[in-house]
Amino acid sequence: MAETTGSCKACELFESGHRACGGCGAALAARLVTKAAGTNTIVVSSTGCMEVFSTPYPETAWKVPWIHSLFENAAAVASGIDAALRKQGRGEKVLIMAGDGATFDIGMISISGAFERGHDFTYVCYDNEAYMNTGIQRSGATPYDASTTTSPAGSCSFGNKRPKKDMPQILAAHGAPYVATASIAYPTDLMQKVEKAINTKGPCYIQLHAPCCTGWGFEGEQTVAIAKLAIETGLWVNYEMVDGVVTKAKKVVRKPVEEYLKTQKRFRHLFKPQRQDAEIAAIQAIADRNAAKYGIDIKLPPKKEQTS
Amino acid sequence: MPLAAGCRARPGKAGDNKTGSWRVFKPIFDHGKCSKCGMCATLCPEGCVKETEEGTFEPDYQFCKGCGLCAKECPKNAISMIQEEK
Amino acid sequence: MMEMIEGSHAVAGAVRNCRPQVVSAYPITPQTHIVEALADMVANCQLDAEYITVENELSALSACVGASAAGSRAYSATTSQGLALMFEVCFNAAGMRLPIIMSIANRAMGAPLSIWNDQQDSMSLRDAGWLQFYAEDNQEAADLHYIAYKVAENPAVQLPAFVCFDGFILSHTYEPVDMLTQEQADDFLPRFAPAERLDAADPISFGMYATPEYYLEFRHDMDAALKHARHLIAEAGKEFGQKFGRDYSAMVEEYRLDDAETAIVAIGSICGTIKDAIDEMRSAGKKVGLLRIRVFRPFPSEDIAKALAKVKRVVVLDKNISLGNKGATALEVRDALYGSTIPVSGFVLGLGGRDVRKRNIKEIVDLSEKGEGQLFYGLRKELI
Repeated sequence: MAETTGSCKACELFESGHRACGGCGAALAARLVTKAAGTNTIVVSSTGCMEVFSTPYPETAWKVPWIHSLFENAAAVASGIDAALRKQGRGEKVLIMAGDGATFDIGMISISGAFERGHDFTYVCYDNEAYMNTGIQRSGATPYDASTTTSPAGSCSFGNKRPKKDMPQILAAHGAPYVATASIAYPTDLMQKVEKAINTKGPCYIQLHAPCCTGWGFEGEQTVAIAKLAIETGLWVNYEMVDGVVTKAKKVVRKPVEEYLKTQKRFRHLFKPQRQDAEIAAIQAIADRNAAKYGIDIKLPPKKEQTS
Repeated sequence: MPLAAGCRARPGKAGDNKTGSWRVFKPIFDHGKCSKCGMCATLCPEGCVKETEEGTFEPDYQFCKGCGLCAKECPKNAISMIQEEK
Repeated sequence: MMEMIEGSHAVAGAVRNCRPQVVSAYPITPQTHIVEALADMVANCQLDAEYITVENELSALSACVGASAAGSRAYSATTSQGLALMFEVCFNAAGMRLPIIMSIANRAMGAPLSIWNDQQDSMSLRDAGWLQFYAEDNQEAADLHYIAYKVAENPAVQLPAFVCFDGFILSHTYEPVDMLTQEQADDFLPRFAPAERLDAADPISFGMYATPEYYLEFRHDMDAALKHARHLIAEAGKEFGQKFGRDYSAMVEEYRLDDAETAIVAIGSICGTIKDAIDEMRSAGKKVGLLRIRVFRPFPSEDIAKALAKVKRVVVLDKNISLGNKGATALEVRDALYGSTIPVSGFVLGLGGRDVRKRNIKEIVDLSEKGEGQLFYGLRKELI
């Protein structure tokens, strides 16, 4: 029985040969998270892109024990594994990897139950902001005005009408001892957070921004750059919560949201055929609210007065 | 070969799928410019960029899908993407 | 040891003796007494298990999936609406070849909402790949759990199993039951030690997806394992008989069928009533017998064909109906008798907890002898 604990930076626990799109944020997430978690980990995946591109029988990319059951029940399956390991006196860590559809929507019941019962696991939601594996449909994580196939932009619509559901807060309200947001743009930070969550007793949650080139409409090489822009514009905030209190948030010199929006086809309708100032302003307001709420703005020293 | 009951598998066969065949563009690594930061290896979604004996890095072209992330993120612009000749 | 015990508690006692390591529990009438009894045992250190109070039945079975895959013997109990809610998990657990045992205190399906007994719930899941055992009385309800775990966990089977017993009629009634001791149970049921489990020392991926090149063969293998289980049932049932005096090797039970002209085929507690009715009809000179089906999956086609070969007519009673057609047992028995000229009639009765009395059984036999009858037995004409 493997007794190693702790991350394994030299390990590649997610093998090449998987079938993710070139430049896939979720594939990068799988690699980095498993590195941080290490070999003494049991992974529970929900149905979704990551599960599908990694396990077409008989090829599996996972070099750690892994189980996929259904779409909505990863947290419940993990609860059973947690109970079994405790009964058997084993030390493996339980790690859930689920997309935003599986987490924010169909999995709400099982995630709420599992967190309420206080099982010992780490839940990583790789958030690509839509149901990607089925061809880009909106989820509770789809941002305001994003165009998806079930919230398409059209002559009568600007796309998704609702803001992102605040899952981190919801799970902090369940009493999760550690909740964090992270991004593939900052791999060291991501891995540190995963390691911290793995080593914190109780149900921990990490929401991991994983841009999707195919679904959002950009070239695969831009995945990290776009993830950075999300943070730099304040539309995504990297922060940590310990026992429900925000302890750290990544500060930025904020860029206007437009710089992020114009990089992706899912927001193209805000610029073409004509610029939608009111919508862009509404999205800017979301970023401004995030900035105020988490205190992310780096206050630059005031410019010296010019003597005329 | 008979099926594994329950649709299960041990690791090892993913490597049979040589995703390098997907490539349109190919990354060329200039070791002279490399600062050995390892960012390319960290960020490759395939995990196929490996450290050489000299501490620089090289992609495993059997698996490299040519996404260009390494080239875009290399702080030294040491990686260029060229159209692959078939 | 003989005890006068409520059905649910007899089941709970048997489950405790099976030493599950993980029990997931969600309340639903008429199964709730089982999970309450198990909770009590855990709270008093009489059952050394992790007890998970899940938030719904889908999660109840999902937790068992995780626990079983991780190498722990797992258990849950449900019925009716709860079983329906975990519909997809049932297919998933069977396909993943996890030997989970679930007690089903059979209850009618809503709408309309009904808490009372019939067998629609488990019958509606007969396609899922689970073994299905049906108890006639509380003794069988208890004993069949040992058989179920032993057969399900056999490497040649590796499939989950339902142990079904009629809700309220069995679950809430007191009967004398010979409860095994822990020692006796340990002598019969070895520890769960699957060859493969989620384990960092030997990483395996469970629950991959299968493309069209593979799927058919996976389903074939499940079917083969389920059908092969008849041999493991025979083995385990015989061993149980040798050790404890009650033989469960047969998938069907014949009652006064030897020289019967009319054979009644039925499942579950109704068979107790039928046996009493048969005794009375026999005293009056009628040659009636019963073929009770104790294992519905795998379906004992050959045993049924053999047992009914010499009768003049067959009457199948179903406490379920495949709406738009007929009762499940009638359809499958007819199929088992395909090629024979013996007339088979089917009656749907007792749905939603409607009582079935001895006189109803006698009337049904009369109707079948006259070649008369209708699909639904006992309809209140004034209501339709």
